[in-house]
Amino acid sequence: MTKTVNLDHVTIRFGSYTAVDNVDLSIAGGEFFSFLGPSGCGKTTLLRCISGFVEPTAGRVLIGGKDMRGIGPNKRPTALIFQNLALFPLMSVADNIAFPLEVRGVSKRDRRRRADQLLELIALAGQGDKKVQELSGGQRQRVAIARALAVEPDILLLDEPLSALDLKLRQHMRTELRAIQKQVGLTFIYITHDQGEALIMSDRVAVMSAGVIEQIDVPAAIYDRPRTSFVASFVGETNALHGKVGAQEDDVVALDLPSGRRVFGLAGGNRRYRPGDACTIFIRPEQLKLATAESFNRLPASVIDIEFEGSTRHIRLEAEEAQLRLTLMNEGTPASLAPGDRLELSFDPEIASVLPSGPMAKA
Amino acid sequence: MGKLFAGVAHRHGLGVAIFIGSAMTLWLFVLVVLPQIAMVTQSFRFNLPPAEQGGPADVWTLSNYAYFIFGNGDGLNSVDLWVLARTIGVALFVTIIDLCICYPIAFILAHSAKGMSARLIVLGLIVPFWVNEILRAFAFRILFGTTGMINETGMALGLWDVPFDFIRANVALYAGLAYAYILLMIFPIYNAVEALDHNQIEAARDMGASWLQVHRRVVLPFAKGGLASGATMVFMLTAGALAAPQILGGPSSLWFTQLVYQWFNDALNWPRGSAYAIILLVVCMALVLLGMRVFKVPFGAIGK
Ligand SMILES: Nc1ncnc2c1ncn2[C@@H]1O[C@H](COP(=O)(O)OP(=O)(O)O)[C@@H](O)[C@H]1O
Ligand SMILES: [Mg+2]
Repeated sequence: MTKTVNLDHVTIRFGSYTAVDNVDLSIAGGEFFSFLGPSGCGKTTLLRCISGFVEPTAGRVLIGGKDMRGIGPNKRPTALIFQNLALFPLMSVADNIAFPLEVRGVSKRDRRRRADQLLELIALAGQGDKKVQELSGGQRQRVAIARALAVEPDILLLDEPLSALDLKLRQHMRTELRAIQKQVGLTFIYITHDQGEALIMSDRVAVMSAGVIEQIDVPAAIYDRPRTSFVASFVGETNALHGKVGAQEDDVVALDLPSGRRVFGLAGGNRRYRPGDACTIFIRPEQLKLATAESFNRLPASVIDIEFEGSTRHIRLEAEEAQLRLTLMNEGTPASLAPGDRLELSFDPEIASVLPSGPMAKA
Repeated sequence: MGKLFAGVAHRHGLGVAIFIGSAMTLWLFVLVVLPQIAMVTQSFRFNLPPAEQGGPADVWTLSNYAYFIFGNGDGLNSVDLWVLARTIGVALFVTIIDLCICYPIAFILAHSAKGMSARLIVLGLIVPFWVNEILRAFAFRILFGTTGMINETGMALGLWDVPFDFIRANVALYAGLAYAYILLMIFPIYNAVEALDHNQIEAARDMGASWLQVHRRVVLPFAKGGLASGATMVFMLTAGALAAPQILGGPSSLWFTQLVYQWFNDALNWPRGSAYAIILLVVCMALVLLGMRVFKVPFGAIGK
């Protein structure tokens, strides 16, 4: 069964410190929902609140429409996978997986059978008698998932479960987690500071900063249509140019850069600006282009250096307004750019977001 | 050992390593090994006046040990045997009581109490031990006496109406012994429990375990080494205690160490006293080893 999760204006304070600030959202049954934000922004706190280890200072947590206040973690239909997995080192792999059944008084034989099923699901069939320490990082990861699934929870909560793995394994586990979620069909609530993970796996992503939800959207919209400066700068690489609004017509904003140049972009989040508003225009490195005769939104710049990365080339440039980054696909033509070259860049107004200047994510 | 020496020498210099090495060896040898060897040898000798020592009568004998089992006559030395059995039994009982009291305290200290309250608990545990052992024992005597605070309070509340003789019933003794080595139980358990990742407790809770199950399946197995090391120390020290039994024991109950003391001091029979001391040591060690076998505690876990 799948259940919805509603966070109804949830605020969590520790003393005078507000870790989670008025979070109001609902997560559909069967959804893969991610909270994405930098370390310390309150993600774990929010997850612990859903699982019942912390009560909200204000607001309500509803699971399947039922108010969870006063219901302990052992009584909620959630299973939490901890950042460090928290497997029991003194128990075998099978005993770890069967632990939730053991505490529910399931007989030894049924426990073993269910553990074997789950071991099969996580591709560790026949390894139930091993010690946890004998498994590799990725295998332990899967054991933690199996243990959480053993109770047949309605909602699986995952706290940066891949952060301890090396890059290759992490990339592999992303696909695997997504596949497991599809297979078991549960609601997954996933926490991460890694935007790649969030974008690849999730149905929807909530970007968090300092306890506040900045934007909730499908991954493509988070990347292509950021609603705040924080989201634009936290998710993916971007070029930011500060300026003042000159005019706005419908969604198209004209931004006057300090250099006197005027560029055009789309107003993020359907905002209406007044002339003179301090705004920032964000352009992705791969969406900057070398200007042709008819392009507008032109930015003259000179090449600082070029990084060759196989399929792409990353080029740093010095423009009058700021340092820029440009990513060019390797199209087989020999590289004709060299440091010091002067060139003109341009970008399509459709892909550039104009957002109120505000706090930005640290690089 | 050699590796340890090399490590210390590498880090702190050869001089320091030699000093530490020889100080440790000297300490172990002079203060522990030599006296024990002397005791063991002595226990196999007759108690002879100085004039006869080294003479023809000064030969090896098992008589001191035989005395413990058979006494002077033919039958069993039931008095001394019973004193040993009672001492061991009570020491076990006290150890179990201490385990029950200290485990929750250590757990709360390690996983629930924070900052100020944790420091206060530790102070509250340690400060009473600034008072010396004899004074503490007398304080218990006053507390449990027929006109002591417990009797007065109990009677004032109408719980009982004739003063209860806690001393004669040995309640004061059990309480005093249980209190005497409580720190040696708490700190090893605390050490062990503290090393447990708190997430494991929460994970177990999250998976539906009751508090009892969390402790039985997660915390206790993890803390086994600490429990064993605390239990061993408390058991050994309780069985070997002298002051508390002397001050708090009922008039008709002897502690085995009191027998040892009597052989040494009152009867001036040092060989027999040595034999009795060794009997106590061997029996206690055998029980500790048996306990570790039963509870499947590896020997190395004690040192953790
Ligand atoms: N029990 C607590 N008491 C006090 N402050 C806490 C507690 N738990 C978390 N915090 C604070 O709340 C903030 C958010 O923490 P956390 O939710 O762990 O962030 P994240 O998981 O996003 O890295 C941090 O500044 C942290 O210090
Ligand atoms: Mg966290």
